Amino acid sequence: MNMALLPSMVAIPLGIAFFTYLLARKSSILADILGNLATFSILVISILLIKTRGVYVIGGWNPPIGINWVLDGLSNLVLVVVALISFAATIFSTRYMEQYTARYKYYSLFLLMVGGMNGVILTGDLFNLFVFLEVASVASYALVAFGCNHEELEASFKYLVLSSIGSTLVLFGVAFVYGATGYLNMASIGGIMATGNQNTILTVAAVLFIVGFCIKAALVPFHPWLPDAHPSAPAPISAMLSGVLIKALGVYALFRILFNVIGLNQLYGTLLIVLGLLSMTVGVFLAVGQWDFKRLLAYHSISQMGYVILGVGLGGYILATGGSSSVAALAILGGIFHLANHAVFKSLLFLSSGSIEYSTGTRQLKEMGGLISIMPVTRTTCSIASLSIAGVPPFNGFWSKLLIVIAAIQAGFHAVAGITILVSFITLISFLKVLRYAFLGELPEKLKNIKESPALMGVAQAILALFCIGMGLLLLPGPREFLLEPAVNALIQGVEYARIVLSGS
Amino acid sequence: MKGMTLIVKTVTRWVKVFIFLYGIYLTITGHLTPGGGFAGGVVIACSYILLTLAYGREFALKNLSLGKASVFDSSGVLLFLIVALLGIGFGGIFFANFLQARYPGEEFALFSSGTIPIYNIAILLKVGASLFNVFVILSILRIVVEKDGSKKMVAEGDREEE
Amino acid sequence: MIYTLCFVLFLIGLYCAITKKNIVKIVIGLTLMEYSANLFLILLGYRKGGVAPIVSENMNITEFLATSVDPLPQALVLTSIVIGLGVTTLAIAICIRLYEKYGTFDITEIRRLKG
Repeated sequence: MNMALLPSMVAIPLGIAFFTYLLARKSSILADILGNLATFSILVISILLIKTRGVYVIGGWNPPIGINWVLDGLSNLVLVVVALISFAATIFSTRYMEQYTARYKYYSLFLLMVGGMNGVILTGDLFNLFVFLEVASVASYALVAFGCNHEELEASFKYLVLSSIGSTLVLFGVAFVYGATGYLNMASIGGIMATGNQNTILTVAAVLFIVGFCIKAALVPFHPWLPDAHPSAPAPISAMLSGVLIKALGVYALFRILFNVIGLNQLYGTLLIVLGLLSMTVGVFLAVGQWDFKRLLAYHSISQMGYVILGVGLGGYILATGGSSSVAALAILGGIFHLANHAVFKSLLFLSSGSIEYSTGTRQLKEMGGLISIMPVTRTTCSIASLSIAGVPPFNGFWSKLLIVIAAIQAGFHAVAGITILVSFITLISFLKVLRYAFLGELPEKLKNIKESPALMGVAQAILALFCIGMGLLLLPGPREFLLEPAVNALIQGVEYARIVLSGS
Repeated sequence: MKGMTLIVKTVTRWVKVFIFLYGIYLTITGHLTPGGGFAGGVVIACSYILLTLAYGREFALKNLSLGKASVFDSSGVLLFLIVALLGIGFGGIFFANFLQARYPGEEFALFSSGTIPIYNIAILLKVGASLFNVFVILSILRIVVEKDGSKKMVAEGDREEE
Repeated sequence: MIYTLCFVLFLIGLYCAITKKNIVKIVIGLTLMEYSANLFLILLGYRKGGVAPIVSENMNITEFLATSVDPLPQALVLTSIVIGLGVTTLAIAICIRLYEKYGTFDITEIRRLKG
């Protein structure tokens, strides 16, 4: 029954996007209402869908002829995360976007981006994935340039060029897969791979997919666009881009294709581990020296995405080399859980930075100081998120990092575990710097008259802060079976995915 | 004199209707022959672009203003989505072709494929209006150097009034 | 192999996007890369001496299936051309805006972001 709700995950954002564009031209309040309504309804639907598993066949054409949408554990988890972050971002936008004109265009593009991401998460067809990828990307190029100032346009152009190269590589990958197998349906391709068919063309395709999606996910050799694009966008958009866009378009799509479609082998596992380690270390060292708050956060995004790739890549490597599957499950659980955690705390950090920017008008840490007495809400949420990203025990970031470290030690990768802990310490140092310069110390003369940012922005931050504190509970045996366990199983099953999807339809 | 020479104008006056009709023809027979909503939309947008080139922008915008074009644009998408959602209501599945299930026409007849012509018309609205919009918006903007040396972008029409 | 030409085209596009200083030329490079991907997809479905994949009345279906080219890549290419149109339009719009702000198309002079 619940499966009938599945199309609305894409239909609601896309429909309301154009509805807003059509009707809310004159009234920005109507645009606010429609935008919040849309994200709230997809949040509700995504929660209703948590226990549902299955295949939705678009237009009644069965695969491999038609397009099918697949809802399994992993897509469920990412859907909930996307819906949650976009809901918080739209609440935040109602007040924050007052600085900008043309609010209907903002919400229209925002919802297009959300619809595109939901499509990427749900689809079970390679070309459909490419189309939704481009819908979300094009909307995000425009959103990065939304302010139309020097930096924004420059960042947007850089992002557009690099990301288009990524998309072209993905399209080449799709073409190679189609040429080699004659199918575009992920499950049908997975079915061919499950028979043990190893094809060099598919290896080429896999490499193209890895490079293409790594550009979208901004992993370290392909990262240069991210530190420009993410800080330049308006704060709620930064939160969306850093929080969910790079995950849904880059990391999720990469995992889905490597694990479930092409099937993992040792080479790809090693590649993921190396990429993860590189992103972690390079990202964090670049971040330490930054004085622009949002740019610092953007570099930390690269570093934290490294954790996700490392965790899942480690699990994949262990699986491919025939190691213990419980260790692999632990590593993948760590990676996937860190994906969800990072979405929450990084969005919270970006929203906090937006709130500080809204009040003080600056992003430079050196120009801030002493905000502890003026902005109590922002200070609390920002501290929670900082401790969370640094991996301090009661908060969510700690648990996922702990899982990755334990898995690495159990698998015998002691050096990897050491690097993981080291990076975590550097992250802590970097965020102590943020807290010290932004909130402690003397209040500068010109910031004497500022106020705390509006209450609605505080509400959005508080929601995410609660999740930061509480998400560790998801690891308890009861709740774990709801979200995390199915997500891990979806990846571990590998090319078994094909059998499940094709029989389910 | 706005626009191009008399020859171009006269030819345009004769040809524009046929181009427009050809766009419509491509769209409504899109399920039988090559063509469809996208090709039809491009052809229709071309007929307006031809008007713009031959008679000048004002004449074309009098026929189809930018605001109206973006209304067509959005309503095209909404029409597409509504028909797709009606598929859930009548056929049980998103994008279900509920009309064909009920009224199966003869093969190769004009009314034989249920909802597909409606999708084609929606695509025609979307593509035609947005291509025209893109053309006009990209061609209309000029960069003007202000007196203090800063550059500003204005629509060309505004500058002529100054 | 004719497929190699697609990669030559792709590399030309990549070279253009990487080395050129004019942002409009970079956009041209991007579109070249897209077209190479489209061309590759079309060539995948091509069959020498094949007929167009359009069914009409009074046609022998089995004979048609044996001789027609693969229609699926053509549908895919149509979609990806539309996407390419959108991306190119946006890129050109950003170029115009950049020219408005910086007064130049030279990428080496458009450098405000550092780090």
